[in-house]
Amino acid sequence: MRHYFGRKLLVYALTFVVAVTVNWMIPRFMPGDPVAGMLARTGVSQPAAVEAMRVYYTDLFGFDRPLWEQYAGFWATLLRGDFGISIWLFPTPVSTVILRAVPYTLALMIPAVLLSWWAGNRLGAYAARRRLLDNTVLPVGYVLTAMPYMWLAVLLAWGLGVVAGWFPVAGGYAFSLQPALTGEFLLSLLHHWVLPFLSLFLVALGGWAIGMRNMIIYELESDYATYLAALGAPSRLIRRYAFRNAVLPQITGLALQLGVLVAGALVTEIVFSYPGLGSLILKAIQNQDFFLLQGTFMFIVVGVLVANFVIDLVYVVVDPRTRAGMAGAQA
Amino acid sequence: MRKRARILVPLLAAALAAAACSGGGATPPSQGAGPPPGNPGNPGSLPRNETLYTTGTQWGPPAHFNPIREGDHATGTKGLVYETLFHYDPNTAKLVPWLAESGSWTSDTVYEAKIRSGVTWSDGKPLTAKDVAFSYGLGKIETISFHNLYDWLKSVEAVDDRTVRFTFSKANYQEWDFNLYSRVIVPEHIWAGRSEEEVLNGANDKPVGSGAYAYQSHDQDRVVYVRRDDWWGRSALGKEPRPRYIVDVATPSNEVAMGMLLQKGLDLSNNFLPGVANLVKGNFGITTFYDQPPYMLSANTAWLVPNTTRKPMDDPAFRRALAASVDTKKIVEGVYGNLVKVASPTGLLPQWDQFVDQSVVGAAGFAFDTAKARRTLADAGYRDRDGDGLVENKDGSKIKLTLIVPTGWTDWMEAARTIATSAKAAGIDVTPDFPDFNALVEKRSKGDFDLLVNNERQLSNTPWTYYDYVFQLPVNKTQNTVNFGRYENQRAWKLVQQLNQVRTDDVAGMKTVISQIQRIHLDEMPIIPLWYNGLWAQSSVATWKNWPSAAQGAPKSAPVLWRHWLELGGFETLTQIQPAGS
Repeated sequence: MRHYFGRKLLVYALTFVVAVTVNWMIPRFMPGDPVAGMLARTGVSQPAAVEAMRVYYTDLFGFDRPLWEQYAGFWATLLRGDFGISIWLFPTPVSTVILRAVPYTLALMIPAVLLSWWAGNRLGAYAARRRLLDNTVLPVGYVLTAMPYMWLAVLLAWGLGVVAGWFPVAGGYAFSLQPALTGEFLLSLLHHWVLPFLSLFLVALGGWAIGMRNMIIYELESDYATYLAALGAPSRLIRRYAFRNAVLPQITGLALQLGVLVAGALVTEIVFSYPGLGSLILKAIQNQDFFLLQGTFMFIVVGVLVANFVIDLVYVVVDPRTRAGMAGAQA
Repeated sequence: MRKRARILVPLLAAALAAAACSGGGATPPSQGAGPPPGNPGNPGSLPRNETLYTTGTQWGPPAHFNPIREGDHATGTKGLVYETLFHYDPNTAKLVPWLAESGSWTSDTVYEAKIRSGVTWSDGKPLTAKDVAFSYGLGKIETISFHNLYDWLKSVEAVDDRTVRFTFSKANYQEWDFNLYSRVIVPEHIWAGRSEEEVLNGANDKPVGSGAYAYQSHDQDRVVYVRRDDWWGRSALGKEPRPRYIVDVATPSNEVAMGMLLQKGLDLSNNFLPGVANLVKGNFGITTFYDQPPYMLSANTAWLVPNTTRKPMDDPAFRRALAASVDTKKIVEGVYGNLVKVASPTGLLPQWDQFVDQSVVGAAGFAFDTAKARRTLADAGYRDRDGDGLVENKDGSKIKLTLIVPTGWTDWMEAARTIATSAKAAGIDVTPDFPDFNALVEKRSKGDFDLLVNNERQLSNTPWTYYDYVFQLPVNKTQNTVNFGRYENQRAWKLVQQLNQVRTDDVAGMKTVISQIQRIHLDEMPIIPLWYNGLWAQSSVATWKNWPSAAQGAPKSAPVLWRHWLELGGFETLTQIQPAGS
């Protein structure tokens, strides 16, 4: 067991180092100069003042130092939990920007991913056994998965928001409210959360349902199922075994989904003007905000690693073969 | 089944708990959600009929409330919270006394402003001439945006509590008027203790201003202001902004603004909404300044900027041919659906119409004329030698020009394609290219481009700002804000400086100089005016009415909250609108 997790942790640590390095490199290889963009925004015309400002900001952000020094400095500040100051939202620290956005992203994505996974698997498993369901759920599932997400989101915003007027089309909570621990505020949070959640949920649902349905059919036709049936086991028992085998690939899929959680919300957050991390990433790229980009990417990297680690743990619990494998490795 | 449930339930529970926590944790800590002093806290929701919802300035979380950082402060920091000595009314072309009760030149190089009495900061302290002297004094900081004022401003002093004296080494009357309504006044008793670093880069998250609104709260996607009932202007100006609350919403895209507008959740959208003509004509309760093309007032001129340091753009004849080749009407109709207007050959905004010398335009102006463009090219020696329908340089080498506009600016991208097509029709090989905005800024400032489209000069009190943009010299290694085409013409620049020193009430004197500048502009075509970008403003009449419009009896002020526009009529609009129920 220790050996297994030791090896896993080592792999994660290596992945982390590589990801952080790539994360540091990518923005610096993008064309354009972030300070120039920032100066253009200030609208200063006098050459002397522009030069003074350029020197000041270049120094502030450390762009004048040699690359290896910037890289070393990056690690040093990173380990202190300091991501620097956002260029786009100057002078707000990156950590503040991210911390404000993270709750929205997580509150949106975690339920969307988990619930769609759960509901999709259930639906798929049922569909595999009921012809009627198979003929209705599956086509709907195909349509939902194949539909461009952007389009579905815009349709939802338009139909349920603008035309029907049931849900607001923008914001994390009503623009007339201030954050407070009141029922009104919490309801408003929920009200604004429904549409973006629904769009993510619907799109993911179809994919999970199709996957599960196919896996179940495959498992039900495998040798062990036939053997069990030949032994006269009740079909309920066979289905339970089939489900437990079929859910394993789905768990792996879930790990991947959880990993790209943050990036996945990008379009949602823009369409519904929802104040999460996704829209920050886009803006950070557009404004060459190295630090904000690094901060959000770091969040994604850590998210992927943690999600994978959790799934590793889950695997040990749900798949006896993993436990057997670990025992074998120790022996 | 039982086992699976055992795993899934805690997993789900954990997820839901996390979601619940984060939902509750969405409240930004310490970000001053509390009510401002002097205002009874309003924990409930803002009353809809007393609140104005706006959008279109802020594209991301409000970063700071520092009015010294004029380019990126939160919407309303300057204009609602902080004020200037004067406002400017583009309709009457006059400065409107604001914090200053009056101001005048006491000699050729001395300007004195009388500050109103009875103006108080939102913390209760009085605003005096000392605050004004202090605020203008900040310009001495080398990296402040208006440091160049000190090239010709010698000193600022508070003579007494109500008089500020500005002594100049050289009186740039036009530029000074621009400064009078652009420079913000901050309280000395708060700012004097700040370091240069803090003044320039501080977030100033508890702004104390003299304006009609006080900061109430902000979050990632909004800023909330509340009206100050003890604002000085109520008695001194007899004006009162009608909305008790202003909520400026940061929308990441124009589509969202459109949706909110249709939901009546938004009262004023200062976004560019393509196709808004249909909304105005249909029965959606949405109005614009004009109820027919161009629907909007004009805010700035979009130019085609040739890099005059490169061949063949260094040749005025070539630039004139290029100007005549562009089918601007097609851009106005096809790309904008008539939301913008074709620019005058001078590029001067409609509000500056009196300064356009029609005789000069008649003699040297240009219009879309492919045949004429071809003729001009041929006369200047640009001929098609290899029969591909495109002209070559005089030395026979190929002409291949690239026109750059920022990627994602869909209207400009489409306009660039139109320009390229119509230039090709006249025999000039132009290819549109869409780099990232920052990459474009870098190329632009280094002069590493052939052609680009730009519109970075807004309407102001004087065409001087316009010509300063076109002709400013010297050309530096990096050109950040003006003269991107690196055009050098000493005579024109002298005239622009001369214009700067004409008194602002001497309209005839201004016209004389401007006419000469116009002649140079049209003969040399250092920059090609294409169309007037709109002062994008769509308002909903569901909650507020009496929006500015061309209709009789309606207010004529600019209906925008963009940065720098609150002083150009945006604030007056707030005092003119009325609750729809009244």
